[in-house]
Amino acid sequence: MLTFTVRRLLYGIVLLFVIVTLAYLLLYAAAGNVGRTILGPTATQATVALKNQQLGLNSPLISRYFSWLGHALTGNFGSSWFTNQPVTTAIITRLQVTLILVLGAVIVSAVASAALGVWAALRGGWVDRVIQVFSVLGFAIPGFLIALFLVRIFALGLHWFKPTGYVPITYYFGGWIRTVTLPIIALSIGLVAGVAQQVRSSVIDSLRQDWVRTLRSRGISERSVLFKHVLRNAGGPALSVLALSFVGLLGGAVIIEQIFGIPGLGQVAVLATSQGDVPLVMGLVVAIGVLVIVVNLVVDLLQGFLNPKARMS
Amino acid sequence: MSEAAVSSGALAPDISSDIRAARSHLARRFLKNTLGIAALAVLVLIVLAAIFAPLLTSYDPNAVSVLNILQGPGAGHLLGTDGAGRDVWARLLFGARFTLAGALLATVVAAVLGITSGLIAGYYGKWFEAASSWVTTLLMALPGIVVLLAARAVLGPSLWSVMIIFGVLLAPAFYRLVYAAVSGVRNELFVDAARVSGVSDFRIIARHILTVVRAPIILQASIVFGIAIAVQVGLDFLGFGDQTIPTWGNILNDGFTNLYRDPQLVIWPGLAIVITGVALTLFANALRDELEHSAHPGRRRRTTAATVAAVTAAAEPVAPVSDTIVHDEPDTATEAPLLHIEGLAVGYPQPDGSVTRVVDDVSLNIRRGEVHGLIGESGSGKTQTAWSVLRLLPSGGEILEGSIRFDGEDLSKVPSAKMQDIRGGRIAYIPQEPMSNLDPSFTIGSQLTEPMRIKLGVSKAEARARALKLLGQVGIPNPERTFASYPHELSGGMAQRVLIAGAVSCEPDLVIADEPTTALDVTIQAEILDLLRDLQQELGVTILIVTHNFGVVADLCDQVSVMQKGRIVETGPARSLFANPQHPYTRSLFDAILDESPARGPYAEVLPR
Repeated sequence: MLTFTVRRLLYGIVLLFVIVTLAYLLLYAAAGNVGRTILGPTATQATVALKNQQLGLNSPLISRYFSWLGHALTGNFGSSWFTNQPVTTAIITRLQVTLILVLGAVIVSAVASAALGVWAALRGGWVDRVIQVFSVLGFAIPGFLIALFLVRIFALGLHWFKPTGYVPITYYFGGWIRTVTLPIIALSIGLVAGVAQQVRSSVIDSLRQDWVRTLRSRGISERSVLFKHVLRNAGGPALSVLALSFVGLLGGAVIIEQIFGIPGLGQVAVLATSQGDVPLVMGLVVAIGVLVIVVNLVVDLLQGFLNPKARMS
Repeated sequence: MSEAAVSSGALAPDISSDIRAARSHLARRFLKNTLGIAALAVLVLIVLAAIFAPLLTSYDPNAVSVLNILQGPGAGHLLGTDGAGRDVWARLLFGARFTLAGALLATVVAAVLGITSGLIAGYYGKWFEAASSWVTTLLMALPGIVVLLAARAVLGPSLWSVMIIFGVLLAPAFYRLVYAAVSGVRNELFVDAARVSGVSDFRIIARHILTVVRAPIILQASIVFGIAIAVQVGLDFLGFGDQTIPTWGNILNDGFTNLYRDPQLVIWPGLAIVITGVALTLFANALRDELEHSAHPGRRRRTTAATVAAVTAAAEPVAPVSDTIVHDEPDTATEAPLLHIEGLAVGYPQPDGSVTRVVDDVSLNIRRGEVHGLIGESGSGKTQTAWSVLRLLPSGGEILEGSIRFDGEDLSKVPSAKMQDIRGGRIAYIPQEPMSNLDPSFTIGSQLTEPMRIKLGVSKAEARARALKLLGQVGIPNPERTFASYPHELSGGMAQRVLIAGAVSCEPDLVIADEPTTALDVTIQAEILDLLRDLQQELGVTILIVTHNFGVVADLCDQVSVMQKGRIVETGPARSLFANPQHPYTRSLFDAILDESPARGPYAEVLPR
C-alpha cells in the first residue's frame, strides 16, 4: 500500500513538472512584448525597454525558466506584473475560498447522490423515474444556468441568500452560509446527476451478488446488509466518477465565482489571463496542479480503504 | 490473389455482414425508442432552424437600433429586442449557427485526434501506446476553462480557436473509448486470420475494428458536443467570447446584464441551451440503452424478468401430478420432524399475469439429527425449495401454497422480522459457489463475527475467540491469518471452509447446504464432505443437503428425496433407495454415475426423441 502511494505521488509530481514546464514555455513564448502590455500604448520605447529589463525578460527563456523553477521550489513564484502583489499571497488567500466551494460541492454531492442513488435503486417505480429525469436535467443543463435560476428565485425572489459577494466563515457564520449555499448547490447539481446514476447502478449490481443472500442467511439485518455491505461495495465506482469530475468542478468554479462575485481562484484566473499576467497564471497552474494531485492521491487511498483488492495492485 | 486471401475474402464479408446486421438491428430498435426519436427530431429541428435562419427572420442579428432598445415580445419583434435594440429571435437563430458550428468543430477535432491516436495505440501498441496514455492523463488533469482562458489571453477572443483547443482537451474521451475497443479486438481470431491472410492493416481497421466502435463513438460524440456547447456558452456568458458574433452565450450575457430591466431576455437563450442539452442527453441515453441491450440481451429488466427467465429456462414446467414413491421406513416417526414441508409450491408471476411454477406440491420430512439429501438435475427445483425454507427466494419469486413447519412454526407465514431471527440463529445456509458468497470488502474475521455478535450477543473479543476456534475446527491451518484476510486472498476450498464455519457459528438446528462441493476441485470436494460429516456428528446438527451427485448422497445422507421437474418423485432412507430405486428418473440418475455403469448408454436409446 505504501509503495503504491509513493509511486502514485511520484507519478503526480512528474506530471506536474511536465505541465508546469509546458505552460511556462508556451506562455512566455506567446507573451510578446510584456513591457508594452503592462505600460500600455502611450508609454515611450525607452520606458518599455526599461520595464522589460526590470522584469528580467532580456535573458534567454531557458535560463529564466530554471531561475523561476529554482525560486518556485522554495515557494517564491514572483510577483504579479500589474499589482506587484506576491503570487503566493494572491493565490493562497483565494485558494481557501475556492476550496470551500469545491469541497462543499464534493461533500454535498457525495451525500446527495448516495441518498438518491440508493433510493432509486431500492424503490424503483416512480421514485426511480423521477430521479432519472432529474439526472438527465442535471447533466444537460450547464451549472451557471442553474446558478442564474437559483439567484433569481432564492436570492432576488425570496431573499434567503445573497445574490453576490462572500463573507469569510471566521468573520460571521450566518453571512458565510448566506453567501456560499447557492454557489455550492449550483456546482453540485451536475455532479449529483452523474454520481447518483453510478450509485444507483452499482447498488443494483451489488444487491444481485451471491454474498448478499449469504449475509441475509446469517440473519444480518436488512439495514446492515444495505448500509454496511452493499453501500461499501458500491462506493468504489461512485468514488471514481466523483474523482473524475473534480477537475471539471474546478473549471465550473471559475464561472460560478464570476456569477456570484466570489473572490476565489476563478476570479484570479479570469483577471490574470485577461491581462496576460504570466507570473500569476503560472502560480495558478501550479496551485491547480497540486490540487489535482492531492485529490487523486486521496481518492486512491479511499479506494484502497473501500476495495481491498485495490490495495494490492 | 493468394488462396489465403481468397479464403479470408470469403470470411471477411461474413463477419462484417454479421456486424452490419447487428447494427441495422440496433438502428431499427433505436427507431422504436420513442424518447430517443423525439430527442433526435428536436436536434434536427434546431439544426434546420440554424441552417435556414435567413428564411425564418427578416432581421439582421447584428443590426443595432438605439430607438428599439428592450422592446418586449410582439410588435414586429417576435421575442422583442435586446439591450442594443437587436432582434432577439434573429440573434437566437443566427446564434445557433455559431454555437452549434463551434461545438461541432470541437467535437470533430476531439474525434479525429482521439480516434486516430486510439486506433494507432490500440492496434500497434509499443511506444505510441505509452506516450499517448501519458498525454491523456496530462490532458485530463487540466481544468478546461482555465486553459481556455489562458489561450484566449494569447490568441484573442476567437470562437474557432477556443473550440479547436477545447477539442484537443476533449480528445481523451474518444481516445479511451477507441483504445479500449481496439486493444480488445486486436487479438481476436478473426483479426489474426485477416492479418495472416495478407489483408492490409488499413482494411482490417476500417472493416473489422471501426465497425465495432461506430455506435459508441456516436454516443460519445453527442456527449462531447453537449459539453462543448456548455463550455462555449459559459465563456461567452462571462464576456470572454467574440462579442461581434451572435452566440447563445453572448445573448445570455446581454440578458444577464439587463436582468433587472427586462427579466425575460435570459429566458430565450436559456431555453435554447436547455432544450438542446436535454435533447442531446436523451439521445445519448437512448443510444446507450439500445447499445447495452444489444450487447447483453435481456439485461435491462434483469431484476425480475430475467431471473424468471433464468429460472424458467432451467426449470422445465412442473411435471404432471403423480404420486411420490415412498420407501417404507422401519422406525416410523417417534417424535415430530424438525422440518416438515407440506404441499409447497413456488412460483414466479410473469408480466402477462400468469405464474410460472417451479416447485409444486413438494412434501418433505426431516427429523432432528438426520442428514437429508435432496437430489435432482439442474432446474429440478431443489435449490428453490431450499431457498423457500430460508425465505430467500430471488426477487419475484414467492411461496404460492403449502406450509413449511420448522419446530412447530410455519415459516411461510412468520413475519419477516421473526424470520430474520430464525435465519443464522436456527437455520443456517452453506452456498454453492464459495468465492462469490463472501463480501469482498470485509475481512473474513469481520464477516464471521458480525452474525455472532447479533445472534449470540457476545462481545467483540469473545466473538473473535469463537471465530478463531471455529476456523481451527473447520480445518484452516492458520486461523489468525485467515481471520485477518480478505476473501480474494483465499482459495476456493478455504473460502468454503470459512462459509461452513459461518453457517455453524451461531449453533443452528438446521443447516441447508446448497451443492456445497460442486464448485470445488475433486480432491477438495472429498475434504469438504469429510468436514461436513465430522461437524454433523460433533454438533448433532440436522442437515438438508441439495445436490445432483449421488456420490455425495451415498457419502453423507441418511434420507434421500429425488426431485424432478418441481416435484418429489421418490423418497426414503438412503440405504433402501440405493438398493431398490423404483422411479425411472431415480434409475436414470443412477445410470449417470460414471464409475458404476457404462459411460454412455447404447446409441440407439438416445436417437429417437
